[in-house]
Amino acid sequence: MTDHHDTDVVLRFSRVSFSYDTVPVLECADFHVHRGEFVALVGQNGAGKTTVLKLILGLERPSAGSIELFGAPAPRERNRIGYVPQHADYDSTFPVSVREVVRMGRLHPVSRKFGPLDAAAVDDAMARADIAELADRPYPALSGGQRRRVLVARALASNPELLILDEPTANMDAESEARLFATLERLKGNATIMIVTHDTGFVTALTDSVLCVGDRNTKGGGHSVARHGTEPSGDAPPELFGGKASKVLHNVDLGDRCSLDGEGQK
Amino acid sequence: MNGFLAALFDPNLAFIRNALLAGILSSVLFGVLGSVVTVKRISGLAGAISHAVLGGIGMALYLSATRIVPWVTPMMGALAFAILAAAIIGVVSLKAKQREDTVINAIWAIGMSVGVLFMAKTPGYTDPSSYLFGNILLVSGQDLILLAALDAVVLFLAWRFYPQIEASSFDEEFARVRGVHTNAVFFALLAITAISVVLLQTFVGIVMVIAMLTLPAGTAGYGAKNLAGMMVVGTVLSLFFSAGGLALGWALDAPVGAMVVVIAGAVFLAAAGIRAIARKRPKGKLPVGAGADK
Repeated sequence: MTDHHDTDVVLRFSRVSFSYDTVPVLECADFHVHRGEFVALVGQNGAGKTTVLKLILGLERPSAGSIELFGAPAPRERNRIGYVPQHADYDSTFPVSVREVVRMGRLHPVSRKFGPLDAAAVDDAMARADIAELADRPYPALSGGQRRRVLVARALASNPELLILDEPTANMDAESEARLFATLERLKGNATIMIVTHDTGFVTALTDSVLCVGDRNTKGGGHSVARHGTEPSGDAPPELFGGKASKVLHNVDLGDRCSLDGEGQK
Repeated sequence: MNGFLAALFDPNLAFIRNALLAGILSSVLFGVLGSVVTVKRISGLAGAISHAVLGGIGMALYLSATRIVPWVTPMMGALAFAILAAAIIGVVSLKAKQREDTVINAIWAIGMSVGVLFMAKTPGYTDPSSYLFGNILLVSGQDLILLAALDAVVLFLAWRFYPQIEASSFDEEFARVRGVHTNAVFFALLAITAISVVLLQTFVGIVMVIAMLTLPAGTAGYGAKNLAGMMVVGTVLSLFFSAGGLALGWALDAPVGAMVVVIAGAVFLAAAGIRAIARKRPKGKLPVGAGADK
């Protein structure tokens, strides 16, 4: 089933296993994401979605298997990722303005230089995330939904090729949610987008494919990752996903090469 | 107060000028380093390091008084224990975050107890409280040079790596994904904190170091727009607290270190109170921090 050119694959998990101490979380996770795809990574709480994220971002290393990011072993190319964390436990007394948070998206590992190109990218990112009018506001004074959009702008400031959003709609008001999905809709096609959600029933209608974390393997206690189909849905709660949703079809397995014996890879 | 000003310019009372200079120089550390310690939320960690220092002081006093290691000074002992404590806490914080609190408290308590035990067994009379509360009036010219050098190092690092420090304090994971060596930032911060604690405890004492590393910066955080502003305001506040404490202590014949912290604490509590009241009565505008608890 390796019918795609590697250049089209931005992210590839090859038989990845991971455990915290002795607790297995992932086992033989085998999936890939194509350039320009809009992917939803779904799974119930505790299934291992955050672990998958941390592995992609290089914050954790797999105990077995390999992860390729933009054709190189992860996390070498991770600065091409724009990451939007939940950031729920941030310090509300941290004095910082919205613009300063977005500037962090242009952060260099050691340099303190911030040139006109960086400033233009920050302005552009704020416009794309629809937060230009908030630029000079203190970040802690914003609503939860506004703060999330600021973090989206921070991720966009580096013009990422892969945008990863962790539970972007958690604690979000309807207006912020609509604006966020409008932003994502404009981005779709230009960047690869991965959205992480614990809602295993519905995903945004923008979604091309669903990666489901949590199907137990027959052997061992770790979770695998399966690719499931979706269909347009009229019965999703209308306030979700900016109004348009798709239903996840857990019984339709698109067979993205996940098996313990690796037969599917041949 | 006139008495204090007269004393300041009295050629026979150089120690008063030294004390004021020490106050000015340490204010830079309290403002800049204190702001980073505050936004990085490692004041508990800094507290443990500063209290562990007493163990090193006690051990050094014992070793030199009993002639086992005659050349060791309290400053050396303090530095050794501060670095050791910082290293242990740093490693635990990175490798086993869930144990961090326990280890911080253990080091805090063990360090102090070791100090008290050694001091009790040291020949002659040694009073632990003189190290806990310090004496700014005993600052020497050499201390001032060391302090100025440390100020220069801290100011340079804060300027040179400001974006990395700001980002890794605000969102460490994101900074790591952007390629910042957040562990290096963390360990550098711990090392600088340990060295500063050792130098500063001479002036305001172990107990007071931690108060001055958190109170002026914490007060500044209420009004500052960003981390740089917090550092500047924190420094200015520390300056007023130090000079005010020194003048009041002189005028009232009271311990200067304790006076400085009482002033800093009172201003911090007043600022926190004003902020709490202002949050309850928004004047048509969105109050600061609204939505933060969503």
